[in-house]
Amino acid sequence: MSVRGTEWIGPYVLLRLERGGLEPGTPGQFFMLEAPGRLLPRPMSLCLAPAGELGFLLEPVGAGTRALAELRAGDGIHVLGPLGNGFDLEVARPLLVAGGIGIAPMPYLSEALGEPPALLGFRSERHAEAARLLTGAEVVVEPRFVTELLPEDPGDVMACGPEPMLEAIRELVPAAQLAWEAPMACGYGACYGCVLEVGGHYVRLCVDGPVL
Amino acid sequence: MSVPILNASGCLDALVAPDVARSLDAFVTKTVTPLPREGNPPPRIAEADGWMLNSIGLQNPGIDQFCGDVFHRLCDLEVPLWVSVGGFSASDYRVCCERVDELEAVQVIELNLSCPNVDEAPETIAELVQASRAATEKPLYAKLSPASADIAEVARAVADAGVDGLSLVNTLRGLFLDPVSLRPRLALGPGGASGPALRPIALASVYACANAVELPIVGMGGVNSGQGALDLVAVGASAIALGTVLFSDPFAADRVRDELEGEGGSRGFGSAAEMGRIAHVSA
Repeated sequence: MSVRGTEWIGPYVLLRLERGGLEPGTPGQFFMLEAPGRLLPRPMSLCLAPAGELGFLLEPVGAGTRALAELRAGDGIHVLGPLGNGFDLEVARPLLVAGGIGIAPMPYLSEALGEPPALLGFRSERHAEAARLLTGAEVVVEPRFVTELLPEDPGDVMACGPEPMLEAIRELVPAAQLAWEAPMACGYGACYGCVLEVGGHYVRLCVDGPVL
Repeated sequence: MSVPILNASGCLDALVAPDVARSLDAFVTKTVTPLPREGNPPPRIAEADGWMLNSIGLQNPGIDQFCGDVFHRLCDLEVPLWVSVGGFSASDYRVCCERVDELEAVQVIELNLSCPNVDEAPETIAELVQASRAATEKPLYAKLSPASADIAEVARAVADAGVDGLSLVNTLRGLFLDPVSLRPRLALGPGGASGPALRPIALASVYACANAVELPIVGMGGVNSGQGALDLVAVGASAIALGTVLFSDPFAADRVRDELEGEGGSRGFGSAAEMGRIAHVSA
């Protein structure tokens, strides 16, 4: 797929690709993006899906995400997807909750659900610049956490973020739909690398998740 | 005659990617052990310096569920089937071979004698092969580690114990540290290192074993192109298996097959198979 461009949003990078023949899929599904010069592709959930385009929000923290952030308009990368199981959109009272780069799937999810309320948590004001991707979101910055903002009756929580945040939400809202993350080699069930323990068994996030 | 292209055991689940399996000349299962195994805790994979590191730990449903369920669903794919078996004792290998021996559609049993991520059996590799050989008439391939001090000696030992072929090579044990915390990146520390950096090691192993024994060899280790496959054919592999490349390029078999035949043609040979063992012939 051809790169249309990149844009910095605080410490994050929005990577925009030509959509080509790829479907955007369900919010929460992910794509494997070739990271130039690296052996393995990197899993990224879809952030934005304007006509003819796929937008991915990434945080350049390692060699693979840095290589993706350095792509320029006109560069080409291989893309596989959409993969995995996204969010169940048949919910009555959606509440989106995200922490840090866990905001990545939320703009596309918000659009699909008609811009429901959202709670976003970030580690700094600079990271919180990404909140502009979501209209009307309530934002907290550490040392405050999104879990402090959860109402007593939170409705249908749909969350993505760091593991401790997801585990805290699972404690508070057992029925919440949680989008997990793990290092992945393949994204299509081949490598058994991306497991998460569920009910005493390891399940592959790429084919059984990433939304569980 | 073309060179068959397989997957390396553990690098493909045919049931979730049937079209990828059908692009291969045979599908090799992930290693099956007598009892179900959950595998190792995550994180299980990482990438650095041109290598991939994995520590899956032989996660598999166990031989009962494999024979009773998984095998039948694999048969529906109508892809030639190799079954990889493993364990922690000669008895484990015998049990698995006895059970797989009953599955008519299985063409070959590959003995995983070299997983770097689980404990080794107390017996010698030759004893594990003897126990397997006594349990089945099916062709047995021994998958060996390139970490042996003398892999040709291991090849002779498994040949004497009755294997019909060799699968060369498994991953090499390696370790990555997190650059900030300087702690291991995988939960259990070390893992099996794979990827293109393994190619010269695989080449040296196949070269040595092809000299030592008269057995067919499935060559593998970092192959991601026709040139990489041709090199293994030239040192004595009669089939090629793809591993890590399948993670970034699921349909690499089609590409490598085309490139391999092109590599043979561009050198004036009718097929790549005609270049078998050419590296052993004085120029």
